[in-house]
Amino acid sequence: MTNIASRKSQLWKSLTNEYGMVLVLLFLVAAFSVLTLEELVSTGADAGREVARIIADRHGSSAVVVVVTAKKDGDEEFASAATTALEQAGLTVAATTSGSPPQARKAIESALAEHRKVDAVATTGDAARWTVFDRIEGIGSEKCVSVEPSQWPKFAKTENILNVANQTAVYAIVAIGMTLVIITAGIDLSVGSLIALSAVTTTAVIQANGGAAAGTGAILVGCLAGLFACAAAGFFSGTMITLFRVPPFIVTLAAMLMARGLARRITDEESISDLPETFRNIAGSSEIRLAGIEFELPNPVILMIMLYVVAHLIMSRTVFGRYVYAVGGNAEAARLSGVGVKRITLIVYTLCGTLAGLGGILQASKLSGDPKLGVMFELDVIAAVVVGGTSLMGGQGRIIGTLIGALIIAVIKNGMNLMKIGSPDQQIVLGAVILLAVLLDMLKRRGTGS
Amino acid sequence: MSGIEKSFPGVRALSGVDLTLHRGEVLALMGENGAGKSTLIKTLGGAHQPDAGTIAIEGTPVSLSSPTAAIEAGIGVIYQEFNLIPALTAWENIFLGREKSGFLVAKSDERRRAADLFSRLGVEVPLNVPCRQLSVAQQQLVEIAKALSQDVRILVMDEPSAALLPQEVKKLFAIIRELQSQGIGIIYISHRLDEIFEIADTITVLRDGQYVGHAAAAEMTRQQMIEMMVGRSIENEFPKQSAKIGDVRLRVRGLTRGVAVQNVSFELHSGEVLGLTGLVGAGRTELVRLIFGADRPDSGEILLDGKRLNIRSPRDAIRAGICLLTEDRKSQGLVLGLSVRENFGLPNLAQFSRFGTVSKRKEQDKFAAYVTSLSIRIPHQEQLAKNLSGGNQQKVVLAKWLEQNAEVLIFDEPTRGIDVGTKHEIYQLMNTLAAQGKAIIMISSELPEVIGMSDRILVMHEGRITGEVTDIAKTSQEQIMKMAIG
Repeated sequence: MTNIASRKSQLWKSLTNEYGMVLVLLFLVAAFSVLTLEELVSTGADAGREVARIIADRHGSSAVVVVVTAKKDGDEEFASAATTALEQAGLTVAATTSGSPPQARKAIESALAEHRKVDAVATTGDAARWTVFDRIEGIGSEKCVSVEPSQWPKFAKTENILNVANQTAVYAIVAIGMTLVIITAGIDLSVGSLIALSAVTTTAVIQANGGAAAGTGAILVGCLAGLFACAAAGFFSGTMITLFRVPPFIVTLAAMLMARGLARRITDEESISDLPETFRNIAGSSEIRLAGIEFELPNPVILMIMLYVVAHLIMSRTVFGRYVYAVGGNAEAARLSGVGVKRITLIVYTLCGTLAGLGGILQASKLSGDPKLGVMFELDVIAAVVVGGTSLMGGQGRIIGTLIGALIIAVIKNGMNLMKIGSPDQQIVLGAVILLAVLLDMLKRRGTGS
Repeated sequence: MSGIEKSFPGVRALSGVDLTLHRGEVLALMGENGAGKSTLIKTLGGAHQPDAGTIAIEGTPVSLSSPTAAIEAGIGVIYQEFNLIPALTAWENIFLGREKSGFLVAKSDERRRAADLFSRLGVEVPLNVPCRQLSVAQQQLVEIAKALSQDVRILVMDEPSAALLPQEVKKLFAIIRELQSQGIGIIYISHRLDEIFEIADTITVLRDGQYVGHAAAAEMTRQQMIEMMVGRSIENEFPKQSAKIGDVRLRVRGLTRGVAVQNVSFELHSGEVLGLTGLVGAGRTELVRLIFGADRPDSGEILLDGKRLNIRSPRDAIRAGICLLTEDRKSQGLVLGLSVRENFGLPNLAQFSRFGTVSKRKEQDKFAAYVTSLSIRIPHQEQLAKNLSGGNQQKVVLAKWLEQNAEVLIFDEPTRGIDVGTKHEIYQLMNTLAAQGKAIIMISSELPEVIGMSDRILVMHEGRITGEVTDIAKTSQEQIMKMAIG
């Protein structure tokens, strides 16, 4: 009995201690789901396809259908999607009309005259309530097919979730490097500028090799150039920090300015958007088959998941990971235990730069080779790391925590967007959330006495 | 003060300490390192709260709940590490936190009052330069002036002479006599016995956190005081078993770094425990840090088994088979935020890993063996190092180095702040290691320990080796103390 109770309390403890932020994330997801509950409108392309599917199932391919809509938002999309889907299924669309009930009546009657029957009328939810159908012989409202409006949270729609994941991906990838840096009790302010530097370097190389017509080889060289530039920048910061003992804040502040300036210089303040499709596809989507289910995931999200798995394994299982924690926990004790503190620090900053470079390639692929990319990005990334439970004092923190932190911030931003909260208020809320997250973390630590 | 008690996790720092100070008296507070002097004066300064006991000033009990409360009660403490803001001038430091109210600092007024204080002390200190540009002696004067400006009736000075030149010490004594004549009671802490007999009226001795005795300085001999400080019978306390002393393993020649270590040469044999002693600041820790590669020497060489070593970092030293158990476990021996298992693994990960991936199971198994053999008391291996008592922390550090199976082991104050039982276990372990033919250097300030556990003793003073004791049986603590004082 006591055993079970203690195990239960231990489970609860580990849930709140180690994964407290997971609970916060789940709470946010639930809260935004409730707050963004809305009537699924019975119009638009999705509803059109849905209605077409119902009609095809009910009447078979010999059926004659008239598509009737009003002239509201989404009605046009409804009509064209329904028509296309019906015709694809082999049904006959006798007429498509949008407008007032009299116009619908006219269209249906002429369709009846031509085909001698109308099996179904595809309508939007609004049009289905018209009384005109009962007044036409051989039609009646029972032949109207529309989508029943239902309640579904806007937030929890697949496309929105994917959208959140996609927006988080670049932040989360860069935040891996930042987590390592912060665990060593350092900071890297240069990642935002490095994103721009990488984006600009990569796209400039591609542009020089044919622009939109550039081949895969040129793209590869461009990406490697971007990664290398950022790795070199990280290595430079690491060298200044370890060899000359300049505080990381100062070194990376300087690197931030220099990298930004360099990025602007490379393109003469222009943005490079003349890019080949293959490069655009880097941040596109891929079909994934998992356990027999096929679905589409944005590439940045796939990359993010893979990198987090690798980073988690490195930090929890390898000698390198252990040394990173030791350097941040007590550099002197680590050095006196034979840890190459300088080497570890150097590697960590180089890795952080490289990951920022990867983020830059993704941003360039999504948007363009713009030297203005990633402004203030570093602060969002640091916020994600800190919300994820990594201590700025060093020596503590978890990779998975950072992912949760990045997701929390993305969910809050997205949720507020869906609720149509303005940007100024969003900033106020985000600031408060970051403060609250860290405060909770500190209180928790004090509570457990560790 | 009477019946003062203070415990820290795992250590009883003070138990039943009494101390009486009269108006205009200079009381010397004596004791070995770790006897509890610092804890006692921190209690007086409001930095620590006693677990039990009372403090009364002129018969009225006072509660020194914070440094501010202590100052208000008329107690000024000048710690060994000064509390001055380096960028501020002397007068700014003196009145820091007590600026006269109002928006602007009453600059000229404060400067004038500071000048008055210094003239009252009969000294001159540049008023308008940042304190970082002042000499140590001048900074100390600023601290004294600061205390005086607070109208203290009791002034505590922790090792005020440690960093002063002889003529500066003379000046300090003149100031102390001046304060004494103004009716201020002074508690004076120093390791320099000569000074004590020169300046002190009475002497209170602490040992192992306990009150040992109190007497007028005139009625006490140097001999008596040393005995009181080191005290206790040492028959069973040190279970020394001499091992067979073999060939020379480690040879150090002309090792020098600044003034801290000057031209030090010595040899260390297999199976030998070499005691290295001296006063705090004699350069013992600095010397072994050079051998371990924690600092780089200006000159000199280190040979292991006749081969010259090129040690540029602790990593190199560890690879060569030299380990250092540091003096300060918390800041140098352990990563407090990591688990004890992870601390144990830190220098040993190469043994537990393949292709850079740590085998946690191997690590756990190895560590579990040490937990048993060294009887480390931990609830589980994932316990954070910071939550352990001093003795258990020391055992974790020991385990980490034992796993290295090094040939030369350097123990810097291995038993400081550790209870008697664990001390005994550490001594036994040293016997075992010596019997295995390892070469051991043991730094210790506790003379009974040095005499009780060493095969040979080196004494350092001001960066140099000033004495060697080869016949342990015939030496005495006084003989060693004389060498240490220089």
